[in-house]
Amino acid sequence: MAKITYITKAGEEIQLEANSGSLMELAVKHKVAGIDGDCGGVCSCATCHVHVAPEFYQKLDAPTEIESDMLEFDDNVTEYSRLCCQIPISAAVDGITVNVAN
Amino acid sequence: MSASYFSDAFKDTRETMGTCPFNDQNDPVTMLLRFKDVRKTAHNTKSFSSAAKPGRIVVPSEVNIRETRQIPFEVDPPEHTEYRALVEDWFKRPLDIDYEFKLTRIVEAEIDRVLQKGAIEAISELSLPIQSKALTLLLNISLSEAETWISWGTHVFRSEDSDLDADKASILYDYIDAEIDKAIAAPDDSLYSVLLNSEYQGRKMTKEEVKGVLILTFAGGRDTVINYLTNTITYLAEHPEAIEKLNDNPALVNTAIEEFVRYFSPLTHMGRVVKEEKEISGHIAKEDTRVSLCWASANRDESIFENANEIVLDRKMNPHVAFGFGAHKCLGATHARQLMKVFLRVLTEKVSSIEIIDAVENIEDWGAHKRKVGFDKLTIRLNAK
Ligand code: HEM
Ligand code: HEM
Ligand code: FES
Repeated sequence: MAKITYITKAGEEIQLEANSGSLMELAVKHKVAGIDGDCGGVCSCATCHVHVAPEFYQKLDAPTEIESDMLEFDDNVTEYSRLCCQIPISAAVDGITVNVAN
Repeated sequence: MSASYFSDAFKDTRETMGTCPFNDQNDPVTMLLRFKDVRKTAHNTKSFSSAAKPGRIVVPSEVNIRETRQIPFEVDPPEHTEYRALVEDWFKRPLDIDYEFKLTRIVEAEIDRVLQKGAIEAISELSLPIQSKALTLLLNISLSEAETWISWGTHVFRSEDSDLDADKASILYDYIDAEIDKAIAAPDDSLYSVLLNSEYQGRKMTKEEVKGVLILTFAGGRDTVINYLTNTITYLAEHPEAIEKLNDNPALVNTAIEEFVRYFSPLTHMGRVVKEEKEISGHIAKEDTRVSLCWASANRDESIFENANEIVLDRKMNPHVAFGFGAHKCLGATHARQLMKVFLRVLTEKVSSIEIIDAVENIEDWGAHKRKVGFDKLTIRLNAK
């Protein structure tokens, strides 16, 4: 089980656990505000934009070019921005904290 | 040639030139064909405006047949942002479990009805009724209202002798005027009443504004959804193995609905009016001229999509722009996606195979490019499981 913490725009902290799927799917299932996941995770909507805690950002696989290009045009982009439908849940992300971007 | 084959109409021009002029009623448009140009231009609402004279950003231009500004479609930020915020939550209702349930009931009833019939004309007997009945859920009004919309036929704006027919368009305008008056006289919990009660910049929305939103809901959500459904039927007819694969497979249905909308791109393009001169792939876009964002071409751009001309049901990375991009991205997309999800679920549960008996293609004429967008007629037979 990986523990994942989402912090919404309103500052609400939501801790969830899962061992499969993506960070987007888990958030949508639990209705985390600001993560809509409109496109179901195929990288076409950017409604799953988060800022990953810096210490965790480096541990993740780097974003693909498609994801980076998508982020280029979104609001509130930082160097820690990711589309969380592209972050799979595994032991590697246990303990991660992400801030919902929009 | 197979019915479910939709060629990449813009390929050569996209790859060699990147843009293409199209002369539309003496107000020429330069079509932008490359994925990156389309996204970048859609994002830049400051230089490329939607808030021109009503009808001007639509291609072919509708400036001669209407005055009503469509909202939020023909408004730029920051006003756009405020209008959109008023309706955003309403247009997310399709995600509610109750909405999905009612939608499932509608689609089941329509498919059961045509399964009894033998050969049917799919657009008028299946796609149009499903689209119309589903729209009553989005507006939150009585299901029976759909009968009126179905009776208008597939082309509310088009007549035998004219692509842009003001008399025919007035049927829709008059209908919406009358419905707004009814909602003023007897408020209910429909979209009409919700909009009439909404506040924009601290005052109530005007009747003209409410009309602008509603017109768009009818116009933008009609042909697009009908083509999305009809074209998908041809694919399933010609790929019977896909019916089995999709049956009871929510993960595959999820990616398939995105792939169908990419491949079919029911809305070919949408225009913008240039506010600040810019260069795009060698084209100098001069102030007060028009460009269009060609979603259909962008969605086949081989520098972005592998095997762009194939339908790959489980395509994992699919950054398509079929629902637009940026501030104006489709407001009805949640509804359209939910409808397609339900449609695939119900159809693959009840139907074992589909035969195409006759197909008459609908080819759009964009000057140098002819693009198949759907069908004028599609006669099919559905075989029950
Ligand atoms: C498969 C079906 C559909 C497709 C492919 C589609 C496509 C699009 C596209 C490409 C845009 C962007 C236009 C632009 O950038 O200027 C758009 C906007 C819009 N669509 Fe859709 N659409 C579909 C269904 C619907 C439905 C069902 C509705 C409502 C009932 C709807 C309502 C709207 C509205 C209101 C806008 C304007 C949003 C804005 O300007 O903020 N669409 N659509
Ligand atoms: C009051 C508003 C609108 C009017 C009067 C209108 C009018 C028309 C007309 C006359 C056609 C036929 C054009 C031709 O055959 O060359 C057409 C087709 C189409 N319109 Fe609109 N339109 C409106 C708004 C929209 C919007 C907002 C969208 C999408 C966001 C849209 C999507 C389409 C599509 C996809 C077609 C092609 C359908 C086909 O040929 O099968 N329309 N519209
Ligand atoms: S869910 Fe659409 S881009 Fe992540």
